[in-house]
Amino acid sequence: MTRMTRREILRLFLGAPALAALGGCGTSKQERDLPPGSLAGASLDFGHRLRTEAPPEPPSEAWQSAGVVIVGGGVAGLSAAWRLLRAGYRDFFLLELESEAGGTARGGRNAVTAYPWGAHYICAPSARNRPLTDLLGEMGILDGTDERGEPVVGEQFVVRDPDERLFHMGRWEEGLYQRAGASEEDLRQLAAFEALIGKYAGMRDGQGRRAFEIPLSLGSDDAILAELDRMSMAEFLSRNGFTSERLCRFVRYACRDDYGAELEQTSAWAGVFYYASRLVRSSSESRPLVTWPQGNGRIVEYLTSLAREKIRTGLAVADVNPVERNGKAEVEIRAFDRVNECGAAYRAKCVIFAAPQFLARYVIRPWRSDPPSHVGAFEYGAWMVANLTLKDRPAEPGYPLCWDNVIYDSPSLGYVVATHQAGRERGPTVFTYYYPLCDSDPKQARARLLATDRDAWAETALADLARPHPEIRSLCERLDVMRWGHAMVRPKPGFLWGQARRQAAAPFRGIHFAHSDLSGVALFEEAQYQGVRAADEVLKVFGVG
Amino acid sequence: MNRAPVLFLNVAVVAACGLVYELLAGTLASYVMGDSVTQFSLIIGLYLSALGVGSWLSKYLEQGLARRFIEIELAVALLGGFSAPILFLIFAHMRHFYPALYGMVFAIGVLVGLEIPILMRLLKDSFEFKDLVARVLTFDYLGALAASILFPILLVPYLGLVRTSLAFGLLNGLVGLWATFILRPQLARVAGLRVRCALVLVLLAAGFAGAGYLTSLAEDNLYNDEIVYAKNTHYQRIVVTRGGGGFQLYLNGHLQFNSIDEYRYHEALVHPAMASCATPRRVAVLGGGDGLALREILKYTQVEQVTLVDLDPGMTELSSSFPPLAVLNAHSFDDPRVRVVNRDAMLWLEECNESFDVVLVDFPDPSNFSLGKLYTTRFYRLLKARLAPGGRVAVQSTSPLFARKSFWCINRTMGKAGFHVKPYQTAVPSFGVWGFSLASQTEFELPHTISAEVRSLDTPSLAALFVLNADMGPVEVEINRLDNQVLVRYYDDELRRWD
Repeated sequence: MTRMTRREILRLFLGAPALAALGGCGTSKQERDLPPGSLAGASLDFGHRLRTEAPPEPPSEAWQSAGVVIVGGGVAGLSAAWRLLRAGYRDFFLLELESEAGGTARGGRNAVTAYPWGAHYICAPSARNRPLTDLLGEMGILDGTDERGEPVVGEQFVVRDPDERLFHMGRWEEGLYQRAGASEEDLRQLAAFEALIGKYAGMRDGQGRRAFEIPLSLGSDDAILAELDRMSMAEFLSRNGFTSERLCRFVRYACRDDYGAELEQTSAWAGVFYYASRLVRSSSESRPLVTWPQGNGRIVEYLTSLAREKIRTGLAVADVNPVERNGKAEVEIRAFDRVNECGAAYRAKCVIFAAPQFLARYVIRPWRSDPPSHVGAFEYGAWMVANLTLKDRPAEPGYPLCWDNVIYDSPSLGYVVATHQAGRERGPTVFTYYYPLCDSDPKQARARLLATDRDAWAETALADLARPHPEIRSLCERLDVMRWGHAMVRPKPGFLWGQARRQAAAPFRGIHFAHSDLSGVALFEEAQYQGVRAADEVLKVFGVG
Repeated sequence: MNRAPVLFLNVAVVAACGLVYELLAGTLASYVMGDSVTQFSLIIGLYLSALGVGSWLSKYLEQGLARRFIEIELAVALLGGFSAPILFLIFAHMRHFYPALYGMVFAIGVLVGLEIPILMRLLKDSFEFKDLVARVLTFDYLGALAASILFPILLVPYLGLVRTSLAFGLLNGLVGLWATFILRPQLARVAGLRVRCALVLVLLAAGFAGAGYLTSLAEDNLYNDEIVYAKNTHYQRIVVTRGGGGFQLYLNGHLQFNSIDEYRYHEALVHPAMASCATPRRVAVLGGGDGLALREILKYTQVEQVTLVDLDPGMTELSSSFPPLAVLNAHSFDDPRVRVVNRDAMLWLEECNESFDVVLVDFPDPSNFSLGKLYTTRFYRLLKARLAPGGRVAVQSTSPLFARKSFWCINRTMGKAGFHVKPYQTAVPSFGVWGFSLASQTEFELPHTISAEVRSLDTPSLAALFVLNADMGPVEVEINRLDNQVLVRYYDDELRRWD
């Protein structure tokens, strides 16, 4: 691909209005100089080799055996390992493609601070979410329970105030809804929207289960609100008479933030879920958000430390093959060993396939020639994440620096501040900048993501951030970029209450599936739920636990 | 000879300039040192003796008197003109202040002392001796009279110290330039001299234009009194003013204390906690970089170690080396029992594993989120974990009168963190009614007497601290947590109402 000019890149990624706001195309040396940095991206080349090449067959003595092999070391795979260990079951391996486990919840660390590379918070769990309550309890995150028996998250782990702000018309304002200059009608619609969400948050089925619960599998499985899934969030807003531009932008931000999708691409069920599942009962009280400097990387570090001796990294699983051996069903797993440039092979009674569904058709041998219909129903959004190491904080007008900082009319999601939760209010810090590629065709988005190199993404991030922070270039000492090709499953209309999710979750010849995509929304809680569920299925097969 | 009267006018200007520099030095010295009688008499004595030295030295100048006169004029213009700005800048480095001040006064005196004899010698052929002496001295004293009247009435109020100094430097420079014209017959070449005059004038004019920065500090409406120290550190803006018989410390424009009545505040902060603790051996002060709480703590001989944790090294250095502050805090920073830690108190507490018998918490009011976090349940829980059994904590907790919700929010938040809390108050004229919170891990008795020497707290007034008037009583408030920071919002509302 031919190199684009700086102006073309910025027009493509920030849009004409944002480009105009930059005040022309500066080409002075100072503006063109980029801070150093690298491309930290997931091992895309290796991932793609899985589709075309077979790994070299290792000698028979190199085969290793285990009761269970977990394929994929993201949150789902690590959670499956955590569940197995809690049940006292230790006969397993976890195979991970990258050099460290954690998937999109990974964090990084430099001399300044730890910082996230992707997922960076969870909602404080209710007591009904036992696995998460247990996990946070083990990690020392909880301070006992309140009078209702609900777990209480330690104050230092709840997102600190000031938490969110919005940059608009040259000033930062508190909160993500743009209140300054809102008309009476805008505020009436906001109140009506909040009331409607409150109503959904209070809805229960015949068994007393909430309609919207995190993880969503704990909620009602009666299709009481299935009709919501059949329309897009854009349709939902217009059907309910929500025409306020501010409100639509506010909701659009939520969809892009949690699902990497536009209003038109998001199921209304998922859109309502985003808000309603975070409310405690039907009240306006929101569940606290829980975070760490490295985001969910903190949980990944903990889970990795528990399962360290079971984890094999740098292994690209290329073939998962259910076979009969000596009259017993088992599964053969073949992989590339990226470090030693050789093949690796495992035999297991069961496999927990904790990788995204789109890989299943390339990896599970019987599906290569004859993929089941459901695998094609899964779509994933592409994301770019940049970590900017700053030697000092930018000076700025209006509301002070928050945890989450959003630029009103930017195609990015803004940035989170890694030192916020540690209470470091001065000196060097790291901004983590998120940019979802929300093209309606996810393949196109991915192509755009991968065709853009570190420098062009750095240019985009700096130009976008220069609007609120004109001095960002002189403060930024390093800018690293991560390209997530398949960052999150997209809850497009019809997907959450359709058949594909349920079919994909069903075990296939000793292979049990576990990934957040089976929930249809890519939340930590969903990945953990799916991992624990798959591990429970396996333990049941073995009669353990 | 018609140029003579003009030269006599020069005498008046030279004398006025000399006196202005002397007055400036005296004023600055008394702002900083406080003792104006001593400072003025020292400066005047030094200046007069330097005039004598200059006069005596003048006999060694024999050749090219007219040229020498102009050169000396330019030297006075530069030295005198920049004297106030230089002394202002040197405030930050106290060790150099005295040598710079006295050295400058002496040098100006010597130069001015040279001028009058030279001028008399230049004029000696045009007058009889008795007329010459009479006129020179008349103009000399007239110039001094004009300066001494103008200085307090017009110059300091309207120009400020820095601009006055530079303006008189310009005047000196202009006299020099003017002299190149009237003394033209006695000068061989004038071009070089005039270029030097122009250079000096440009320098001084540039200084005058740039004085805006320094004087904007001094003329800031925030401060009622003359600024004697101003510095932007990495963390805050520190300003010390002097007026009303005392001096005042401001951080980011908020008054921290007035030397006149700060003892009421610091005695109330420190002694109830110290007196109610059986063994106050290890003490910590969080905030309190002015060292005034230290002064009170160090009165107790049982105290073995005091750890002062203040974010800003600029503040603790100033308190230990800036004479008015160091005198006020009784040179507490020089006490071997004192250890200074320049860190964010919350980050320090998170990593600290020592324990303390008494902790005194003296942060600025919760006017922003960075300060608000130091009043949260999280902070008080960390604090409680560092308190030895039987330990005591005292917290400055804003005014129960004009920030009633903030005051009760702090008390309730400490209670929520597991402290037994007894709110109390005292009157500090510079602030009004001020509130504190005495706390411990367990229920405790109020103190009855204070063993250390204090000015405001005898037994009845100690008991009275813990009586709150009806208009300061408890109000319904939320608990201040890291994730809600309600205190910052309460305080902001209450401050707005009183402004």
